[in-house]
Amino acid sequence: MAGLRQYEVLFIVDPTADDDEVAKITDTFTQIITDQGGTITRAETLGRRQLAYEILRKKEGIFIDIELEGSGKEIAELERRMRVNDRVLRYLTVRLDEERQRAEKFKDKRARKAAKRPFGAGQSARRGTSDFAPAAADEASEG
Amino acid sequence: MSANYEDRNRNYEDRQRNYDNDDDGDRGRGGRGGRRIHRRRICRFCIEKVDIIDFKDLRLLSNYVPERGKILPRRISGNCAIHQRMLAEAIKRARNIALLPYTTD
Repeated sequence: MAGLRQYEVLFIVDPTADDDEVAKITDTFTQIITDQGGTITRAETLGRRQLAYEILRKKEGIFIDIELEGSGKEIAELERRMRVNDRVLRYLTVRLDEERQRAEKFKDKRARKAAKRPFGAGQSARRGTSDFAPAAADEASEG
Repeated sequence: MSANYEDRNRNYEDRQRNYDNDDDGDRGRGGRGGRRIHRRRICRFCIEKVDIIDFKDLRLLSNYVPERGKILPRRISGNCAIHQRMLAEAIKRARNIALLPYTTD
């Protein structure tokens, strides 16, 4: 445990809200997070964009993305508030630390593998495939 | 493989043209007709050493979501299991917040 968790919260605000209201909503949410002892590492308005399907008869929405660090209590509170707030059409919370940890593991594995056979390219990259990745080589293996 | 497999494959192949699946571009032989193409299984994510697939990266994800809104199977894309799983997860997240459709009709 011990370590703080990292989360990413992406939520959609009603498209009828103007800039002021959007700012106000984000402010209240960031306030909630800090009140609960979390810290915000990144907050970004992705702006108005088309929804892939209608939500509550709305065809577009304002997307806001917040990255934060905390114990998990903030998330509970934040989600409760978002559920109640009818200006928020939808939200999605994702654990980032777990993903990043996993990414580290992959990186390690790759490094170890590369160390094991220095002339690694070998059989795996025998056909210089298509146009992307000019220096593909060593890691095409397995599949 | 079985004839059945080939059939399913063929179905996709026609549609596939639209979704920059360049991984079969270099298979010179096998136009129409003698369909014994041996598709090279190459995971693009492995080649590019992708460790995290971001669900907000629509430009990437849309390559793996055919018109119908389904997730392009590994059979077609050639992704490795690990990356296909990551990709599927990302697509599902994107669907949840209306960045990608669940269905299109």
